[in-house]
Amino acid sequence: MSGSESENTHWSVHRTIERVARESYGRLVAYLSVHTRDVGSAEDALSNALVRALETWPRDGVPQNPEAWLMTTARHSIIDQVRHQQVAEASEPTLALLREDSNEPNMTLSTDFPDERLKLLFVCAHPAIDPAMHTPLMLQTVLGLDAARIAHAFLISPTTMGQRLVRAKTKIRDGGIRFEIPQARELPERLDAVLEAIYAAFGIGWDDMAGVDQRGRDLAEEAIWLARVLLQLTLGEAEVHGLLALMLHCEARRAARRGPDGRYVPLSEQDAQKWSRPLIEEAEQHLGEASSRGLTGRFQLEAAIQSVHAERARSGRTAWPAIMLFYQQLIRVSPTLGTQTGYAAAVAEANGPEAGLAALDGIDRHDVCAYQPYWAVRAHLLQQLGKTAEALDAFDRAIGLAEDPAVKQFLLQRRG
Amino acid sequence: MQFALLIYESPEAFAARNADENDPYLGAWRAYYKALVEAGVYVGGNPLQPPETGTTVRLKGGKRRVQDGPFADAKEQLGGFTILELPSLDAALEWAARCPAASIGAVEVRPVSPEYLRRVTG
Repeated sequence: MSGSESENTHWSVHRTIERVARESYGRLVAYLSVHTRDVGSAEDALSNALVRALETWPRDGVPQNPEAWLMTTARHSIIDQVRHQQVAEASEPTLALLREDSNEPNMTLSTDFPDERLKLLFVCAHPAIDPAMHTPLMLQTVLGLDAARIAHAFLISPTTMGQRLVRAKTKIRDGGIRFEIPQARELPERLDAVLEAIYAAFGIGWDDMAGVDQRGRDLAEEAIWLARVLLQLTLGEAEVHGLLALMLHCEARRAARRGPDGRYVPLSEQDAQKWSRPLIEEAEQHLGEASSRGLTGRFQLEAAIQSVHAERARSGRTAWPAIMLFYQQLIRVSPTLGTQTGYAAAVAEANGPEAGLAALDGIDRHDVCAYQPYWAVRAHLLQQLGKTAEALDAFDRAIGLAEDPAVKQFLLQRRG
Repeated sequence: MQFALLIYESPEAFAARNADENDPYLGAWRAYYKALVEAGVYVGGNPLQPPETGTTVRLKGGKRRVQDGPFADAKEQLGGFTILELPSLDAALEWAARCPAASIGAVEVRPVSPEYLRRVTG
């Protein structure tokens, strides 16, 4: 084999390892930790297995079933760890894992070990875990993102994020949190926490603007990936379809959100021809699936609003009264600041700026003192009404609260 | 608790201070200040004159050493500071990200140390 050929093989093996790691990471961590409840050890064991793969696969070739190879190797690594710590001290679940391994020698060679990722997702979004850690835990344990990257997206120092992740995993191990699918009566609420966490990841990728910044794009893609996994595992729950539809609709507009010079382009001024047709179509399919089940959850309603916006690509106009009605329903199930501000903006488009401003006035002033979108909408409406002094004040608040330089720039220009 | 936001600015940002009233960087700072005050988190702060106006003093072996210029020779220099009253570091990092200097320079967030202040002031 010539030098360049061996180099090519080397790279293709590396790509294979990367692909297997990405596709199988969560499945392997979930399977390895479901008995031990020790997510940290499972991750360590899998890291060791991946290092072994990097050492041996280029030399011996990629095994026929890479995922099973990684699972077996990771399992042996856990067993080694336990032996190292002396079996006498080993906890009962770990011993169970050891026994399982010795009783079923063929098990590790077969491909069909059960997919336990759904249990892992429920554990990550368990009510006993700090809600702020739900999303970071999922990104790390199910997708294998490293703490530094997660910290970056969450605007937390990498050391702090690392410590918080370790603390959360210790709580999972020692706090008696069980790896199981919740009972039917608590399922909707528990599923909601999982969906919220996925959407939070997407939201960070989104706010983070705007398609120019790589960290934002990555996180939005990871969130969509997570929702696809969840959809597959829950066999098509309506709200999971709804969440996926919502994210795909937003994702479809990524290319239109910035001008060629990096300028921020608000939704109403985006060139609808730049929206991704395939993504919109996929979103519509999921929304159709969701509504065929006859339920109207939060994410379906939000997706429905985005679907009305997407219509502009075909009809050239936006049906604001429809958006207003969806927001009214949404406020009933999810009365967040975002929903109330969105409703006011829709009212303004449907019934004029005066009505929109009245809707904004209905929101508690104290709650919005650091909520940027409220001030941006308010500034826009006051300007339309010719209330210049008040508009300038609201623009300043919106600019001062904005993080993205392009949004600041956009608002500064509007402010005049 | 209180946090200091230490504002590090590029030479361009210092130069922009001479621009007219419509300068976007100045506009962003005005807006940021207003947002801080309205949110009830602003405690105090001040911009500093550009780094070349700095003079650094040391005593080496009892002898005065006076150096023309700022303490550290770096591209981005301390351009000012803001003190904020906030519940957590997370909240302070949020406000630091909104700071106009964050996108063209850097903002260092440091908790103020009341414990040490008490030991000093007695």
